[in-house]
Amino acid sequence: MTSTRSLPRPSVAKPRPAMRTRSLLASRLPVWSMMILGLIGLAVFFLYPLLANLYFSFTNYDLAGAPHWTGLRNYVYLFTQDSRVGKAALNTLWFVVILVPVRMVFSLGIGLLLSRRKTARGFWRTVFYLPALVPPVASVVGFVFLFNPGTGPINAVLRHLGITGPLWFNDPALSKPSLLLLGLWMAGDVMVIFLAALLDVPKDQYEACELDGANGWQRLRFVTLPNIRPVLLFSAVTGVIAALQYFTEAAVASMIANGKTGIDAGTDQLLGYPDDSLLTYTQWMYVQGFNSFQLGYASTMAVVLFLIAAAVMAVLLRRAGLFTKAQG
Amino acid sequence: MRATKPATAIPAVALVAALILTGCGIGADEPVARTAPRELTGTIQLWHHYTDREAAVIQSVVRDFERLHPGLHVNVHSGQQDTKITQVVSSGGDVDVMLTNVNSTLGTLCKTMADLAPYMARDHVRAADFQGTFASATAFDDRRCSLPTTSDVYGLYYNKRLLGRAGYHDPPKTLDELGRMALKLTTYNPDGSIRTLGFDPLIGFGQNTSGTVSATSGARWMRGTEATTAASRQWHEILAWQRDLVKKIGYRKLKAFTAGLGDEWSANNPFQTGRIAMALDGEWRVAFVDEQAPHLDYGTAPFPVLAGSGQPYGGGYVSAADIGMSKQSGHKEAAWALVKFLTTNTGAAVKLANGLKNIPTLRRAADSPELEAGPQYRMFIEASKHPGANTSPITEIGATLVATMNDFWTTYQENGGNLDEGLRAVDTDINNALSLRRQK
Repeated sequence: MTSTRSLPRPSVAKPRPAMRTRSLLASRLPVWSMMILGLIGLAVFFLYPLLANLYFSFTNYDLAGAPHWTGLRNYVYLFTQDSRVGKAALNTLWFVVILVPVRMVFSLGIGLLLSRRKTARGFWRTVFYLPALVPPVASVVGFVFLFNPGTGPINAVLRHLGITGPLWFNDPALSKPSLLLLGLWMAGDVMVIFLAALLDVPKDQYEACELDGANGWQRLRFVTLPNIRPVLLFSAVTGVIAALQYFTEAAVASMIANGKTGIDAGTDQLLGYPDDSLLTYTQWMYVQGFNSFQLGYASTMAVVLFLIAAAVMAVLLRRAGLFTKAQG
Repeated sequence: MRATKPATAIPAVALVAALILTGCGIGADEPVARTAPRELTGTIQLWHHYTDREAAVIQSVVRDFERLHPGLHVNVHSGQQDTKITQVVSSGGDVDVMLTNVNSTLGTLCKTMADLAPYMARDHVRAADFQGTFASATAFDDRRCSLPTTSDVYGLYYNKRLLGRAGYHDPPKTLDELGRMALKLTTYNPDGSIRTLGFDPLIGFGQNTSGTVSATSGARWMRGTEATTAASRQWHEILAWQRDLVKKIGYRKLKAFTAGLGDEWSANNPFQTGRIAMALDGEWRVAFVDEQAPHLDYGTAPFPVLAGSGQPYGGGYVSAADIGMSKQSGHKEAAWALVKFLTTNTGAAVKLANGLKNIPTLRRAADSPELEAGPQYRMFIEASKHPGANTSPITEIGATLVATMNDFWTTYQENGGNLDEGLRAVDTDINNALSLRRQK
């Protein structure tokens, strides 16, 4: 235990307030001048839209006329009267709870396998990363054709084996798992980050573990995972945010599986196919805002999504102690 | 005097800015001059959703208009969807004349459009110059805010060779006949899957929507300002008929077959390739067949009706493009001249119909010998004139009305269930959405 002793402070003449303010301003001027453009951008492109969106969420606003203040009416509609928003929210939740963890586990597994390979590591890394370079729309189109129940090669092979293939993207029960398969095929972006982290794990920790008699699972549990925890958490955070905003893949799958590529086809009739199983929260928000012209209500949905995303992030970061522990 | 704290000032300023930037109100209608000006000058802006070949047709008709008014120039903004046009109008953008979709947009956009009634009265343009359904559908909330240009008319396409092979020489006139013929015309592979289909009854397939299919039964969507589908006998009967046909063919078989069909808008369209013997489709399919399957032996007919529903055979579902002028236009007389030309000039209406391969809504144009119409296309012109032609109601919620019923119907066609309860839920959802939009 140490004791501290307070030393007498040297007497320094206090600067006069005006002088102090001037010197403070002079010292901060360069900082503010460098930050001002960024701050203006932040105010115009983030703060203003955020506040405008919050304001619209309390109004009846249809784009064509001025918004009318209606208090909590949109919120009441969202939580008690909109019969499709619940389905859309549950679909989005499915992608958050299933797609994100499964993609992470799959990517980690591939990363672990690749990190242990001594030969042709570059080749396999390229093979697994390549699908992530394909534009999402092209990937979905390809997948829907592959899994087409009538003409797709997957069901043709199954038929050859005497198995009646499922309807895949045309079956409400299988449309989301079909997109999960697509998500796994495109998991190269996550895999490559995990692989980099796995290759950075200190070898001596594994050696020490082996000397202590640890098996493979224990090495993973007590060495690998703690070392790559910041990367895992980064992947979880970005994955959850992306899943909450999941739109393109589900929308394209609905359109292609429904045999309509958009010409003269109402978006509201295509999104969600089959049977609303691929209708995500952001899709429904889009339909409300730009098909039904209920921009006030769509703003309400955006506010609720923002709050949910913020809450999920807060919980994730708090529970994992992100960055702080890792840095410590 | 207390200084305002920055913490409260920033949101307040942002809120005021939001109000200023978004609250540009739509003004009232202005009085109209007693006589139309003799000469028009200046530049006006026309916004529409057509692209590529169709945009060229619009441009060509606009050029004809400019020849009539040498002092006037029209800037054409093509490929602008209704949402975009609405945004531009609401933000005070430079829009004089706008061409949009009646069913999905007019209920929202009408209040931004000038009242055409005084101009029509002054220049002797009558709503009765247009086919009845379109004349009434292009006014909203007792305001004549737009006039119809061209329309889409739906009917039955049938493959004469396939029908003949099954012993049929005429298309069905009732839904019961359609169902019987569809079952007879459907053939199966040895594994039980569908090889060729008589008629695909699934809602969501092709142009099968609750709007187009229900039009065959005269099913009523609204009573006054409220949705009342559950109270309509026709809604119960049309849904039951469709579900029965789906069950007889097999929902799963239909889904597998439908999923394996080509894209509706490509040369692989299943009616064009002969995989489906009869289909509900719009008049534009005639042009697609001419281009993509010129050897197809087919006929067109009004879509069959539900027997005993009171719906007369011969009409069917229709929808139209409408044209109106912005209340905020600074060139109202020139804008009205363009609206009048595009909607009431017989030559322009015929040129638009011939070019766009749509049906003219102007009675004189529909009867014009200049209209290029083969026998298949002619049927749609006749259907558009028929008193049985109808469309879904124009409301503030636009496409949400039909989409809500589609949503229920796609579930019902698979699982069945309590129809009355389902329709009541549809009514509740529509009325809730309407109430949200109508709140003051």
